[in-house]
Formats: sequence, structure tokens, C-alpha cells
Amino acid sequence: MNATMGRYRAVTGHRLFWPAAVLVVMLAANTIYRPGFLSIELKDGHLYGSPIDILRLSAPLILVALGMTLVISTGGIDLSVGSVCAISGAIACMYISKQSDQNSLAVVLTALAMALGVALVLGAWNGVLVAVIGIQPIIATLILMVAGRGLAQLITQGQIITINSEPFRAIGLGHLLTLPLAIFIALAAALLVAAFTRRTALGMIVESVGGNAEASRLAGIRSGRVIFLAYVLSAACAAIAGFMMTANVSSADGNAVGLWVELDAILAVVIGGTSLAGGRFFLSGTIIGALIIQTLTTTVYAMDISPQTSLLFKAVVVIAVCLIQAPAFRARFVRRRRNVATPNAIADKPKEQVPA
Amino acid sequence: MRKMRTQRAVAILASVLLVGGVAACGNSDTGGGSKDDGKITMGFSQVGAESGWRTANTTSIKESAAAAGIELKFDDAQQKQENQIKAIRNYIQQKVDVIAFSPVVESGWDTVLKEAKDAGIPVILTDRSVDSADKTLYKTFLGSDFVKEGRLAGEWLVEQKKTASGPVNIVELQGNTGAAPANDRKKGFGEAIAVNPNLKIIASQPGDFTRAGGKQVMEQFLKANPKIDVLFAHNDDMGLGALEAITAAGKVPGKDITIITVDAVKDGMQALADGKFNFIAECSPLLGPQLMDLAKKVKAGEEVPARIETEETTFTQEQAKEALPTRKY
Repeated sequence: MNATMGRYRAVTGHRLFWPAAVLVVMLAANTIYRPGFLSIELKDGHLYGSPIDILRLSAPLILVALGMTLVISTGGIDLSVGSVCAISGAIACMYISKQSDQNSLAVVLTALAMALGVALVLGAWNGVLVAVIGIQPIIATLILMVAGRGLAQLITQGQIITINSEPFRAIGLGHLLTLPLAIFIALAAALLVAAFTRRTALGMIVESVGGNAEASRLAGIRSGRVIFLAYVLSAACAAIAGFMMTANVSSADGNAVGLWVELDAILAVVIGGTSLAGGRFFLSGTIIGALIIQTLTTTVYAMDISPQTSLLFKAVVVIAVCLIQAPAFRARFVRRRRNVATPNAIADKPKEQVPA
Repeated sequence: MRKMRTQRAVAILASVLLVGGVAACGNSDTGGGSKDDGKITMGFSQVGAESGWRTANTTSIKESAAAAGIELKFDDAQQKQENQIKAIRNYIQQKVDVIAFSPVVESGWDTVLKEAKDAGIPVILTDRSVDSADKTLYKTFLGSDFVKEGRLAGEWLVEQKKTASGPVNIVELQGNTGAAPANDRKKGFGEAIAVNPNLKIIASQPGDFTRAGGKQVMEQFLKANPKIDVLFAHNDDMGLGALEAITAAGKVPGKDITIITVDAVKDGMQALADGKFNFIAECSPLLGPQLMDLAKKVKAGEEVPARIETEETTFTQEQAKEALPTRKY
């Protein structure tokens, strides 16, 4: 009996349990509403179905949220990611649209390299403002959030740039082993970030800087450099996400690409259990968070929830997810219901509380 | 400590936004007014440059002003009402002959319009209207009739499907929830198809006027509804996004699913000419010539109707093929 209880608590106490449970519940609700929701069929040699859509559409958000996770774990925030998506997409599409042979792989690679280069410069700009000049991250990145949107429109001259390039289109819609290529790109980025942060000391350094930048500096860590790097990496992730978003519809819309993605990314990070105060981050949680957000959007369309109520519906789900995740809330709930001693969840994981 | 820092961040945030707003007003080119050289001077405040439609609208106004010999003072409000009010006050101070603007929102214009009226400067609204109770505050409203656009789209469909015996399943991609074009096009379309009970809208979701939005919503529509006969998209871009989703589902756009959209921008017209769309109700941004004509009439003291519709038409696939080579936007 005690052993079963212990195992139950070990499972439910795992930091990924509640986000994963929410995801499963949402998929189950969809399946009850429409039994065919989870079915996947093979069409033209590609897997086709709602679950595949969710994976493909969440790929850009996963990328943006990965970068955001690192920035937030240093105690910062990056509001400019949406604008960086728009700028990188705009540059890539603009360059490709000017070439005579849009299907040439060399042209597409040049376009991607140019756009990524600009994104790195923009990330460095954020990094310098935050790490060197010492401006509050929310303000420093707000500058690029506002100005960047204008810059993207300047690049596209206020028009929607449509291109006809198969290699570029593949980033958003291509397939590998019957699965969308975008999923693999996001997965590769996640594994790369995970390897660098969890297989080396980098992750711990990032967390220590987020915990206390000054103490870390006194302990011999170059805090400024770590923070700078986080912003550059965030911009790079946003740029690749921008390629996916524009490739998905083969067009760059400076006004709409990546609009509000920064908010979705922050939400994904928070749902994943990373503390907004910095000092602790969970990449796997972030990925589940991004999947939850995309599943929520897809649910609204699949169930045809009326537009007037869909925002409220989303808000209720998000609040529920955040509350269910918060150990303090769960502890109070459990205590009231069972009237037994306080579970040690709070004492165990002080940094995992979600500031919802 | 953490809380104090957050509070300070919010304060700085607020001041940055404020300064940004002021700077945005400062860069508008409205300096130096001339008067009584026989030439008409028009002050125009544009909403912004948020879409290809808007850019074409701006170009049309600038070009036709030059062609009509009207001196144009142009201001881009960057989607902010306070910028527009400031620009209008500038025009009043400069004593322009006519003020024209596309209001970014419907409400909150009474004060500044009263100022213009007191200064004796006639105001023409373009593209979007205001909700002022006092209709004497502006001379006329020149713009598209969104309800009519929806109705034209619906009427075409009714004509096409009049021989259909079974139910015709329609899905709808709406614009931004609450936006006037979305509400009105939905209303007009709904009214027009009501005459035939076989025509049924089985799903309707906002695609936010963007391609990505249209595509994502259409993907789910296709999975949730095995039989979709007609797609009505509130603009071309959402329809263009939906094309990809339809192809990926193994269906042929324009044949398996009849596609009706509104706007007639270049990419949309191309899709129509290629047989991927079936019908477009035009929403023309080219209201410059009509506006300049109105300005001259208003300046000469002539009476003008309170509501003037932009000259617009509809396109079938054949008409699109003809019109495409000379299309300006």
C-alpha cells in the first residue's frame, strides 16, 4: 500500500507529469468530440491527420520557446522574437523573389544565410543592450519588438512577398520519412540545445547567472557573456522559426509573421515549469508547453468553437493548466480534501512554482 | 526587491511607449502651409501601411492628387488614433482646403471633427466610417460597402447552385473577430444565401485575414468535415492560404471545392485566372480619382451625397484572365 502510494507520488510529483497530463486530456477531449481526431492516414506518401498538423504547426513555436527558455533562465525576457521572425522571413523571401531561378538550392541557402546573419546581429544588439549597457531586458527587447515590425515592413515595402521556391517551401512543408521536415528541424534544435546545456556545464552556468548574476560573476563566471549569448541564441531560433512560418505559406507578410509569438513562447516556457524569476529551466517542459498551446488552437478550429467565446475558452484552459501545475495550489487542494499533513511538494521544489 | 524592479520596469516601459508615440508624431511631414494660390490643398491622414491593399490605396491617392493638380499633405498615422488627431489638428492650423482621412477606429472623433467644422474646413472620410451621431461633422463618406461585397459573393453562389438538389456544405474563413469588414461580409453573405435552404454554413472560424491563419483553419475544417463543397473567405489572402491545405488534403481547389473570396488583389486574381478560385467580389483600394473629384466639388461648394460607394465590380475566372494584365495592384 505504502509502496504504491510512494510510486504514485513519484509519478505525479515529476515536473513533467501535469503538463503531459493536460496534453493527454486535451487530445482525449478532441477524440471524444470527434472519434477520428487521432487517426492518421497515408496520403501521397505523407502521414496526414490532426496530430501531424499539431506537430508541424508547433515546430516554429517550439524553436522560439527554446531560445526564450534560455533567456528567461538568465532572469531576462525577449519580447523581440516575433519581430525577428518577421525580419528573417522577409529578408529570405525578398532575396529569393529577386532571383531568376528561385528553385536553385544555392539561392535559397544564400537567402537563409543572409537572413540568419541579420538575425544574429539583432540578437547581439539585444545582448549588448542587456548585458553591456545594463538596460532592463523587457525594455531593451521591446525596442526591437516595435522597431523590428517596422523594419520587416520596410523590407517588404508593405507588400506580401510571394515566392515560388521548392527548396524554401520544404522548410515548412517538406517531408522526411513521411513526417514533416519542420518537426525534425525543431527536434534537432532541441537536442542541440539540450546537449550543450545538459551535457556540459553551460546549463548550470546559465542557471547560476539567472539565480544571481553578481554572485556568479564573483565566483568567476563571465555573467555578461552568458547573458549576451542567450539573446543571440534566442534570435537565431526565432530566425529559423521565421523561415518555417514564411515557408509554410510561401510568402512573407511583414505585418503578420510571428505576430504575438513572443507571448505564446513565454506561456510555453511557463507551462513547462521554468521560473520567470530565472535560475532554473526545463527544455522538455517547454516543448510540452508549446504542444499544449498548439493543441489548444487546433481544438478551437476542430470543435468549431465560436470566435467570440474561443478566447475565453483558451484563457480558462491556460489558467487551469497553470494552477494544476503550481505545487502550492495542489498542496492546498489536497490538504483541504484529505485533511492530512502537507505534502512536501513545496519544500522540495521551491523554484518550480509557476507564477501564474 | 524583485517587485520593485518590476514596478520600475513598468514605469520605464510606459515612458518609452510615450516617447515613441511623440517621436512618431514628430516625423510626419506636415510643415509649411500655403494658402490662396488658386490651388486646392488637401490634408490626408492614412491609417498606416499594414497590407498590400493599404499600400495600393496610398499610391492611388498620391498619384491622383498629382494628376488632378491638388497639393497633397500626406500623413501616415501608423495605426494610432492620437497620431491621426494630431495630423488633423495640424491640417486645421495650416488652413488646408479639404481634410480627408481613413479613421483607424470608429469612435472618438467628435472633438477634432468639431474643430475642423468650426474652422470651416470640410472633411471627407475614406474607406472606413466614424460613429458620430452628428452627421454634419463630415461632408461625405467614400468607401466600399462590405455588406454588399458579401451579398454579391452570396448571390453568385446562389445562382451557381440553383440546380443543386442536395445540401451544399459551406465553410467560412472570417476576418479578425469584430472587424467591420468581417462582420459585414459575413452578414451580406448570410443574407444572400438564405434564399436557398440547401446552402448551409457548416463551420466558420476567423483566419485573421492572413494566409497562415486561413491555412491553419482550413486544415482543421477539412479534417472535421468530410464533405465541403464551398469555401467563402473574407479576403484573398486567407483563400490563398486555404489553397495549400486543400491540395494537401488531396482535393482540387476550384473543382472539388468552389472558392469565393473578397478583395481582388494581384495574387488572388492570379489564382482566379489559374482556375483555383471561382469568384472574387472586388474591394477596390483605388479610390483616389473619386476622392479628388469629391474634393473639388466640396471646395466649389457643391452638394455631395452623404455616402458614396467606391466603384467596384466582381470577377469570374474568364474576367480575371482579361483584367489581370492591366491590374495595378
